[in-house]
Amino acid sequence: MTQEEILSTPLEVEELETETVPLNVGPQHPSTHGVFRMVVKLQGETVVDLDPVLGYLHRCQEKLAEGHTYLQSIPYTDRLDYVCAMTNNHPYVMAVEKLAGIEVPRRAECIRVIMDELTRIMNHALLVGFLLNDMGAWLTPVQYGLREREKILDLFEMASGSRMMCNYMRFGGVARDLPDDFLPLLQKVVDDFPGFIDEYERLLTTNEILMSRCKYVGILPPDRAIAYGVTGPVLRASGVAYDIRKVDRYSLYGELDFDIPVGTVGDTYDRYLVRIYEMRQSIRILRQAIERLKETPPGDIQSKVPKTLRPPAGEAYARIESPKGELGFYIISDGGEKPYRWRVRAPSFVNLTPLAEMCRGHKVADLIIIFGSIDITMAEVDR
Amino acid sequence: MTEEVLRRMEKVLPAGAIQEVQENGARVLSPEFLLEAGRYLRDEEGFDYLSNLSGVDWIERGYFEVVYHLYAMRRGERLVRGEAPDGPLGPLVLKVRAPREDPRVPSVSAIWPSALWQERETYDMLGIRFEGHPDLRRIYLWDEFEGHPLRKDYRPEEG
Repeated sequence: MTQEEILSTPLEVEELETETVPLNVGPQHPSTHGVFRMVVKLQGETVVDLDPVLGYLHRCQEKLAEGHTYLQSIPYTDRLDYVCAMTNNHPYVMAVEKLAGIEVPRRAECIRVIMDELTRIMNHALLVGFLLNDMGAWLTPVQYGLREREKILDLFEMASGSRMMCNYMRFGGVARDLPDDFLPLLQKVVDDFPGFIDEYERLLTTNEILMSRCKYVGILPPDRAIAYGVTGPVLRASGVAYDIRKVDRYSLYGELDFDIPVGTVGDTYDRYLVRIYEMRQSIRILRQAIERLKETPPGDIQSKVPKTLRPPAGEAYARIESPKGELGFYIISDGGEKPYRWRVRAPSFVNLTPLAEMCRGHKVADLIIIFGSIDITMAEVDR
Repeated sequence: MTEEVLRRMEKVLPAGAIQEVQENGARVLSPEFLLEAGRYLRDEEGFDYLSNLSGVDWIERGYFEVVYHLYAMRRGERLVRGEAPDGPLGPLVLKVRAPREDPRVPSVSAIWPSALWQERETYDMLGIRFEGHPDLRRIYLWDEFEGHPLRKDYRPEEG
């Protein structure tokens, strides 16, 4: 054959089938956000199947709580999702308040909303940074998130005395009132933060590498998301506008004005975008909550609750929109001073259920990003 | 409003399917009618979202209870989008009971896949077998682990 003939002959290559290779990822792996292990079946570079192996951080928290009084369990909730201690306290105290019929003063509700939204902002800022980490932009983008988080942790420290394990909310209110210099600092964070989001977006939102790594990767269709019980930003990125703040209207959220951003495709890029928009909405909520807080009398932060709480026999389920999704507490009381059953409905755990479905057909490198974009804390998954 | 849904469900189910109506409106179903009730609630009443599945050990009463917290997510979505929802949003609570000796409950994972892992967790912690679950293995503890820690008669110091 002449060279021309050779070049014009179409190549006939049969599809090469290779044996599937099992690959163990984790539990110690920098991009698994904790001790998470998955056994991945690979066909070349492509993920055929995936089996998550959990439990490396299992402490049987639900059993532990059965041996403690209601009050003693509040610090334990901090340690579920250690990034978002404040939002972990909230549904637990809500459930016990429901069970024991405890009222919460308005000032305490304002403070709770402020703390919840600060936690959301902090969580999302950090998550976006870590998502970039997973893409290989090692530690530089996450520094931006950490920088902003420090300012919020300062606020938490002023209010509760601790930066991460806040242990701040109590049945019937919060542990102590905000110090005098809290509000000016909070106002500064609220005023400065949109500038930071703009900065983040300038660097990332139309960044070519981020788009090519995230667009159409790990698509979760809305029907599958609902079926799997996925909640939070992951659900909304799939286009389902379900937000417990709007549906249950707990605390102050019924009277506040804010929007629920939703995605259109349900891919990793939408999950990134939804979080950016949610941060902007949280700033809106914070502004309104601060105004309402100023109208309430200082010091009125906790209603009268007996030192040793013995809720009447019965059960209560309370849930909030935590930064990661629906965080619920199901508490059963038998009338004693310790709960009979103490169940945590953890968003990180349930949101992981469709992981295998989302990863099938993608490359190994995408797997890390898809996993990162779900946003989990292993301490909450394993409990 | 959830009460009306539960009344309609009772009419669809055969007599005797409801074992007990609790103070808070929760219905205790006989296990053999759980799947029928679940399918009705999902397909006809819009309760498309199983939020929480948990097990309780009522050791003195001699049975385990599995508790299902259901919500109507699509309906809640309409509310969020500013439209009036056409029915209750939840929660709607169902329970089934299984004897402490050899506890078995039908798996609802085919109706609500969000039960897939939560049933594995309940099996791991309480030892309730979910029949029809595609992959009922322990999820947190290792396979050789003996006992189920959330049972009230489990003694951690011996385990």
